[in-house]
Amino acid sequence: MSIFNYFLNKRQPASASVAKERLQILVAHERSRRSQPDYMEKMQLEILEVIRKYVEVDQEQVNIRLDNSDDCSILELNVTLPD
Amino acid sequence: MAKIIVVTSGKGGVGKTTSSASIGTGLASRGFKTVIIDFDVGLRNLDLIMGCERRVVYDFVNVINTEASLNQALIRDKRIPTLSILPASQTRDKEALTREGVQNVLDQLSKTFDYIVCDSPAGIERGAQMALYFADIAIVVTNPEVSSVRDSDRILGILQSKSRRAEKGEIIEEHLLLTRYNPQRVAIGEMLSVEDVKDILAIPLLGVIPESEAVLKASNQGTPVIHDQESTSGMAYDDAVRRLLGEDIPHRFVDITRKNFFKRLIGA
Ligand SMILES: Nc1ncnc2c1ncn2[C@@H]1O[C@H](COP(=O)(O)OP(=O)(O)OP(=O)(O)O)[C@@H](O)[C@H]1O
Ligand SMILES: [Mg+2]
Repeated sequence: MSIFNYFLNKRQPASASVAKERLQILVAHERSRRSQPDYMEKMQLEILEVIRKYVEVDQEQVNIRLDNSDDCSILELNVTLPD
Repeated sequence: MAKIIVVTSGKGGVGKTTSSASIGTGLASRGFKTVIIDFDVGLRNLDLIMGCERRVVYDFVNVINTEASLNQALIRDKRIPTLSILPASQTRDKEALTREGVQNVLDQLSKTFDYIVCDSPAGIERGAQMALYFADIAIVVTNPEVSSVRDSDRILGILQSKSRRAEKGEIIEEHLLLTRYNPQRVAIGEMLSVEDVKDILAIPLLGVIPESEAVLKASNQGTPVIHDQESTSGMAYDDAVRRLLGEDIPHRFVDITRKNFFKRLIGA
């Protein structure tokens, strides 16, 4: 690594910061999946199938979340429908 | 009652055995009766790193199957009288370690030892889960590299859900040990920094072990690198042991010295 490369590198984001960003997103995603009950993944797929009977949607357009508050749990379903 | 420490990582080849050998040695050299157990069934390696491979007669699985007594299987370290090693079996039968069998051996060891260090195999399956199940303390060995950090997070998830302490609703003490660290590459943005990894994993930092040629030399000789107090990695392992015992000491070998940094900048 010479001084020339050093300044050249400065122009694009350093690879370590790319790595950190990717890891932060991935780890947050994997942690939220870990904290879900085991049936969530299967339920998500089945809900997706039901929706697909009527509208054509991708997996990424269906978002399911389980929020636990003190006295109840809320199942939140967000579907982005195509125009 | 002994304290049970698991040295774990998820990802393979990150330095678990190197760390188990040095941390076990460091604890024993401070007078604590310490045993290091090789949980890597089928891939015994700790004996080589400890330099006692020619003295292995019986192993962990022999003791579990009552083919040998614990005293017959334990190998006393030649350098430190308070240190013993329980080697892994070379059997290919991955089912050889049963939870009851492991518990039985740990209970027996607990009566005479202060620390039991469990060197985990790689992975997140049965072998790794067996090594961490009974732990009071987990040392998560991580390299500053994406797949290692991700696997460390997964192993943390397992510690928090599938260990005995987790099942009983008790806290398991978690420590991050960042190994094969290269401050030069961190300085030029090519490697995740200590702070980056700490941010992501969010557990307390036990130590930073620099990448060092002394580690290979130590394993060639069968002497844990902590004995080499001239080397940066040997000193860093000693610091980590002191922190494990509650001392509050600054982290060394994390930043590059100015002189070195400019040397590298001008390509010298
Ligand atoms: N700080 C370090 N500097 C240089 N080399 C290192 C360092 N730590 C470990 N190594 C090297 O990395 C390799 C793997 O180390 P080690 O066997 O301790 O890893 P492991 O996690 O136990 O592997 P496995 O998952 O296969 O059990 C070895 O060749 C070792 O010498
Ligand atoms: Mg190993």
